[in-house]
Amino acid sequence: MTDANQNAVELRDVEKRFAEFVAVRKTDLTVPEGSFVTLLGPSGCGKTTTLRMIAGLLDPTEGDIRIKGKSVTEVPIHKRNLGLVFQNYALFPHKSVFDNVAFGLKYRDVPRDEVKRRVKDALQLVQLPHVEDRRPNQLSGGQQQRIALARAIVIQPDVLLLDEPLSALDANLREEMRVELKRIQRELGIATVFVTHDQSEALAMSDTLVVMNSGWVEQMGPPDLVYNEPASAFVADFLGHSNILPGRVAGEEGGFVKVITDAGATILCHTRDRAGRPEGERVRLVMRAERLLLADRHDPAPGTSLMTARVKTVDYLGQSARYFLTTTGADGDPGAGVELQAINPIDRAPFPEGSEVWIRVRGDDCVLLDGDADA
Amino acid sequence: MTASASEAQTFDRRPWLLLSPALVSVLLLLVIPTLFIVVYSFWLRTAVGAEQVGFFLDNWEEVLTDSFYHDILFQTLRIAAISTIICAVVGYIPAYFIAYTPTRHKTLLLLLLMLPFWVSYIIRTMSWINILGVSGAVNSTLMALGIITEPIQMLYNEATVILGLVHFLLPFMILNIYVSLDGIDRSLADAARSLGCTGWQAFREVTLPLSVPGLAAGALLCFVLGAGTYITPMVLGGPRNAMFANLVYEAIVTQLNWPLGSALSLLLLALLGTLVMVYSRFLGIDQIAKSFR
Repeated sequence: MTDANQNAVELRDVEKRFAEFVAVRKTDLTVPEGSFVTLLGPSGCGKTTTLRMIAGLLDPTEGDIRIKGKSVTEVPIHKRNLGLVFQNYALFPHKSVFDNVAFGLKYRDVPRDEVKRRVKDALQLVQLPHVEDRRPNQLSGGQQQRIALARAIVIQPDVLLLDEPLSALDANLREEMRVELKRIQRELGIATVFVTHDQSEALAMSDTLVVMNSGWVEQMGPPDLVYNEPASAFVADFLGHSNILPGRVAGEEGGFVKVITDAGATILCHTRDRAGRPEGERVRLVMRAERLLLADRHDPAPGTSLMTARVKTVDYLGQSARYFLTTTGADGDPGAGVELQAINPIDRAPFPEGSEVWIRVRGDDCVLLDGDADA
Repeated sequence: MTASASEAQTFDRRPWLLLSPALVSVLLLLVIPTLFIVVYSFWLRTAVGAEQVGFFLDNWEEVLTDSFYHDILFQTLRIAAISTIICAVVGYIPAYFIAYTPTRHKTLLLLLLMLPFWVSYIIRTMSWINILGVSGAVNSTLMALGIITEPIQMLYNEATVILGLVHFLLPFMILNIYVSLDGIDRSLADAARSLGCTGWQAFREVTLPLSVPGLAAGALLCFVLGAGTYITPMVLGGPRNAMFANLVYEAIVTQLNWPLGSALSLLLLALLGTLVMVYSRFLGIDQIAKSFR
């Protein structure tokens, strides 16, 4: 009866309201078995509320939550068999590391010998085999987080829920733990829901990225798709640096939609479904800062658009530079005075401030959004 | 020259300077008066009522050998211990409630907890006479309802002394437990529940053991305050419910036997002082300090 490809977690029409405030609006979400799903968004977007509802720490106002195909909406947290890791580790300060990790096993009537073996295995997995007798406060932050992870996985949970587990760590440790966490998750093949506000963590770790904003799921998909094909201005803005220009559809050219921006520049743009758009429709263009290619001079090429600009400010980053540009509209191009950002790798020296550059952007790198303001 | 002078002066005076008002107050108001009492305890009160200055061990001999004092001392510690235990059990619930109340109501509840301190302790103790007395609220209600025809004598026994003490000590216990509970990370109980505990089990595994420092500090405070009280047994107790401090009061105020009163009070001080030291040795004084943070 149980199907091998069933979903580890399924949210159906889940909504959470606190009095008048809607924290999560009518959300559908599926976490396939073994996959790593990240809920990403700014604070207050509903990502933690969603996680806490899956955990059973909060009851949804409406909708149904299923774990391994079974509705758990009415199941209390201690019967859900979930591994929960908190931002502040939440290790029991009055218990030894061993007792911390063994805690969940105690409530599962696991025989003594097996408890010992499983705690040992879990500590081995998080690469901290010799700290059983210590107290949590004798360990560093990173070690504590590993113990918290060991405590969550030792019970062989159906789902691993991670609530910003890396944000209390300092930058170097965070990257190390990110790799480590992903390794452990792969090794165990456990379905994982990860909550973060850090886009690089989200992009690096996820199989599926769920971008949330004020209680809505803005976009859901593989990280590269969400990054390259943002479905809304919010997603484009939240992930990386984007230029968003309003404009109007002015026909087609070589399989691309031709858009004339409000400032007057003509830019080719692809659509995700490769379908055309009616002429005159209001649209917005999204161009990622690193896809604006700067050069002293570009030759026209099919499927690309050219603009000229003056470098206003250069933010030198070593291997790359972030340019703040103002379009100049040379050669009779009226698209002047628009502020753009570009991030380019540096060949020897960056373009100096005040210099004139050409910008080339491929139609494949321009994303078309509907014109009405959604963010 | 000045450099070497300042180098030699490694002793930093500033902490002592900042501490000096406190140290001077403790010295003038606590240490020196206590030394007076120590000296007094070796004097002797003669039959004519005058004090004979000297070094006599008579008071100490009487205090340490007379079983009358020992019985009352034991009774004092028992009453203080029972009151403390009742305070711990009864006080935990409101402390938990206040600690887990949304922040904006918390201040109000803490203020309500402080409210009794605005009324004199003696007045608060005497109020029980209006409640439990022969013509008090309980008796008149029961009589008006026809449940009893004659008023019941409820006052002036050990139970009312304990009641009065619990009434007096409860805010101290609640505050101490509250501070301890308030400092516990809420995600700990969530973590315990996610690992298979029911809410009650999570409380027993996590919240209760982590609130022990507050309980311990509250218990120590309540016990010491309870064991040293004389107003409650005087107002609410009968002749057989005297506590040790009543003996001191009796000796000094009624009999005007200051030397004996001094010896008695020093005995109580020594006992309670030893208790505090033993306590801090087992729990670590930092554990108690933690709950005041």
